[in-house]
Amino acid sequence: MTVTELPTDIIPHSSFRAEVEEKSGQKISACFQCEKCTNGCPVTFAMDIAPHRLIRSVHLGLKEEVLKSDTIWVCASCEACTTRCPNGIDIAHIMDTLRQMSQRQGFPASRKNVPLLHRAFLTSVKRRGRVNETGLAVSYTLKSAGLGGLLKQGMNQGLGMLRRGKLRLLPDRVRAGDQISDIFKNTEKKG
Amino acid sequence: MKVSYYPGCSLDGTAREFGESVEGMARMLGVELAELPDWNCCGSSSAHATSEALAFDLAARNLGIAERAGLDLLVPCALCFSRLKTAQKTIAAGRTSGGISTLTSSKVQVKDSVDFLWHDVGEKAIRQKVKKSLKGLNPVCYYGCLTTRPPHITDAPMPEDPHGMDLLLESLGANVKNWSYKTECCGGSLTLSLPEVAHKLIQKLLDMAQEAGADCIVAACPMCHSNLDTWQREISRETGKNYYIPIFYFTELMGLSFEHPDTRKWLRRHSTDPLPFLRQKGLL
Repeated sequence: MTVTELPTDIIPHSSFRAEVEEKSGQKISACFQCEKCTNGCPVTFAMDIAPHRLIRSVHLGLKEEVLKSDTIWVCASCEACTTRCPNGIDIAHIMDTLRQMSQRQGFPASRKNVPLLHRAFLTSVKRRGRVNETGLAVSYTLKSAGLGGLLKQGMNQGLGMLRRGKLRLLPDRVRAGDQISDIFKNTEKKG
Repeated sequence: MKVSYYPGCSLDGTAREFGESVEGMARMLGVELAELPDWNCCGSSSAHATSEALAFDLAARNLGIAERAGLDLLVPCALCFSRLKTAQKTIAAGRTSGGISTLTSSKVQVKDSVDFLWHDVGEKAIRQKVKKSLKGLNPVCYYGCLTTRPPHITDAPMPEDPHGMDLLLESLGANVKNWSYKTECCGGSLTLSLPEVAHKLIQKLLDMAQEAGADCIVAACPMCHSNLDTWQREISRETGKNYYIPIFYFTELMGLSFEHPDTRKWLRRHSTDPLPFLRQKGLL
């Protein structure tokens, strides 16, 4: 039997676990690695770190590894892990906290289209208080796939949806727009 | 009966047929839907992935409006339902710090469409409206993630095996099939940003529905419906298998059974055209 050598180039970030626990309100240290989260997760096939290992990595303070992982962006927020955790840890909520931290602390997203979509979505909400899905799809596709991608997607899906009356071209606007801008202004600072 | 109504952005756009069929069924069943005045987007996946406070405040503004209306709140979209319920539970737990909302309590009951129609309006009222039995239709009911999970938010009594839609469809005469994928995720939040991941999840659901002996899938969520309905041709091309499984909103099948005059108009909006299927079943 060979003993796997422990990596020496990882420098644990000692306050990382405490930071995630405080921001998420979840007790990471309650995890006893039963793997129920991972076994119920529908998207592990596209993750680089399985959910139970990600939680363990937070516990160990492996900040860079966690905040640069595919896992936090691939998570579909389906809440299966949270529902099944025997220790009541809201794992889906921890994923949210990690996504927020990774963006705020300037880590490059490994799957950049996911935060790109979130930004396009929130820009639309900020502007009008409601989302116009047509406008969102167009602005996101332009940003992620360029004009060529937009034309291709438009031909593939857009025209058909337009024909079937699924695309609303003129977006609604919330009348109390100042309340919406206040919400964005005040919460941007708080996180 | 009168309730407040929060349609959400999708029911005004890509899920118009869900909005129209929910409103149509409510009217037929004597329910008055009072749309929440000047409602705003619930924040969806993007707000909670970005900022805790933003996600809370966007949802809480709507709860404040509902509180003033003083009626129960019907929220047909599963994602909106989840966000509004989450904000409500946050308020109930006294954890509103971080946001700017001044709302400190919320007594409004937030309801999803299946729960509202099956439990509040009730089986008796529904059975009385049935004009055409859906006998011969073999659906599986697909609940998706967020009307049931996590139960500390949704209050779902059986989050891993919900029943409401199954019972409702059976009351219309449908031969509902059992399957173990009722609440498996369709990847709705990833369709645009990680399509290759979402397509795998959709394909699994289509495969498992067929394995259960179903000839169609019934949904109650705009993201689930759109995801399963829109990409079948693309997934067929990618996998070399030929998928044709009509995806219905449960309110559209109620419309069919109650003989609501707009049912065809709703069904014509689907990507996977359900009309040949329904004609073959003798239901159109």
